[in-house]
Amino acid sequence: MAQESVNNGVNLDALLAAREALKGAPEAAKFTWRASCKWQSGTHATSTVQGFHGLGNEQSHKTEFSFETDHPEIFASEDHGATPVELVLVGLASCLTAGVATVAQNRGIQLRSVEAKLEGKMNLYGILGIDSDVRNGYDDIKVTFHIDADASKKDIEALVAQSQKRSAVYDIVTNPTNVTVEVV
Amino acid sequence: MIGAGHAGLAISRVLSEHSIDHIVLERGEVANSWRCERWDSLRLLTPNWQSRLPGYSYNGADPDGFMTMPEVVELISRFAAASSAPVRTHTTVTALSCIDGGYRVATDSGEIRCRSVMLASGGANIARVPAVRQAVPQRIECVTAFDYRNPDRLPPGGVLIVGASATGVQLADEIQRSGRPVTLSVGEHVRLPRTYRGRDVLWWMESSGVWSQRYDEIDDLERARRLPSPQLVGAPEHATLDVNVLRAAGVEIVGRLAAIRDGRALFSGGLRNQFALADLKMERLLATFDDWACNNALNVEVGPAERFPPTAVPASPRLSLDLRSGEIRSIIWATGFCPDYRWLDLPVINHKGELRHDGGVVVGAPGVYAIGLPVLRRRKSTFMLGAEDDARDLVGHLARYLAGGVRPA
Repeated sequence: MAQESVNNGVNLDALLAAREALKGAPEAAKFTWRASCKWQSGTHATSTVQGFHGLGNEQSHKTEFSFETDHPEIFASEDHGATPVELVLVGLASCLTAGVATVAQNRGIQLRSVEAKLEGKMNLYGILGIDSDVRNGYDDIKVTFHIDADASKKDIEALVAQSQKRSAVYDIVTNPTNVTVEVV
Repeated sequence: MIGAGHAGLAISRVLSEHSIDHIVLERGEVANSWRCERWDSLRLLTPNWQSRLPGYSYNGADPDGFMTMPEVVELISRFAAASSAPVRTHTTVTALSCIDGGYRVATDSGEIRCRSVMLASGGANIARVPAVRQAVPQRIECVTAFDYRNPDRLPPGGVLIVGASATGVQLADEIQRSGRPVTLSVGEHVRLPRTYRGRDVLWWMESSGVWSQRYDEIDDLERARRLPSPQLVGAPEHATLDVNVLRAAGVEIVGRLAAIRDGRALFSGGLRNQFALADLKMERLLATFDDWACNNALNVEVGPAERFPPTAVPASPRLSLDLRSGEIRSIIWATGFCPDYRWLDLPVINHKGELRHDGGVVVGAPGVYAIGLPVLRRRKSTFMLGAEDDARDLVGHLARYLAGGVRPA
């Protein structure tokens, strides 16, 4: 399906080959992603990622990546970085965007630009413990894509729908996940 | 031949035409699952004129109607009699194993040895119920599409229906009408209008050739075989039964059931995209029909092209539902079916419990065939009218096998 002339910077052949290889190697498909977080001061913390497990082995990013998180000054914080809930939006946006590029490559659609704007609505009565009926997290997230591509509006809508269908972060955000938090 | 439903009897008919000696083993009566495993109001999804089997076609007074289950049983029984099918009823197969040069079929009334076996026991023997079933509070009555008969057998009060294929939408409609408030949990689904451009949508599926598409021409065969049944009902008034219709009737729509935690059902927040995918796929299919009509100069015979409103998304669908509050009194698992292969002592089942076969030619057991499974050889394989082409292909293969002319798959 992929057309030679379409180039979205996605190595589709390698991805499709990996998909075929993993079909016959279910253990290799089991990945573990990791992050570490170190408290700095107040609401400021520094998180890093580098190592992960997959394809039956320990793996590593080329370098360690670091993320500062904090809260803005209106929360009486020092604003050393994005709020953790903004990082969730970043995760969702970047996952869907990567999906759009990959699916577009697979469908032979040349992209010229892809931009997403995200809004997550949250009522602070939840995290502040003012109203126990209000949840802590987002009660609504809206993603708006602006995509310039060699394709009809319908094909672009289908591209974005397929990207959601195959997105890990979209799944994590829309479905419950078991979480275990321990102190050792 | 194991199973005397429409598929097994179609094969039997074609075997007789080839003078291939065979018997048909049936655990109950002819058309047993149509007699015993269907709810009261069910009608076929295909209009009567599409009820075709080898050497049989509908010639009744209502070609556009939809058969009730007693009518289906009568049709299949008459077909069995007309073909003089050698059916041995009330004979349950308990094991199938390999012996020198053939197979040993153990039944509850003795043993049969044969050179070849056709599995026609169908693709829907067991209700597939997700593991979250274990977490349902005890006071809630759980039923599957196999157990369900009619709304009156359910306790009064709210009903949660999990799954929005043909089964789920039909039961949601009927139960909501009975006065029990229905909540329908919708995951991946296939939306179809009942009629399109003045013709039944299954007329389009057949005439345009979509249904005849072969299994080896389909890009993602695994996906095609897993596809839920379309949101259709064989109602005499030819009404469409999609999520928009159900919402207008008062059914509450929620996302896919993702988990049950501490007595609360948790639903996916991805409902909007499930609707978008189903709407897009429906539009793509209708565009295929339009192209076909245009290319075959049919535009004057059928009505003008139609487009249907997108599925309306509830403003804020509920993400959780307390199953201990008394709001929900019963849950219907309309989450699909799977075949029962526990009696097969042959190395032909993959790690997901599915039969390994190439268009019905079972891989790893030469001389063993299957019929009546989803997209077995064509998209229409599980429909009554799909049995004949598959039966002819498979009997052709079998005849070559018996003559010593084929290599095992």
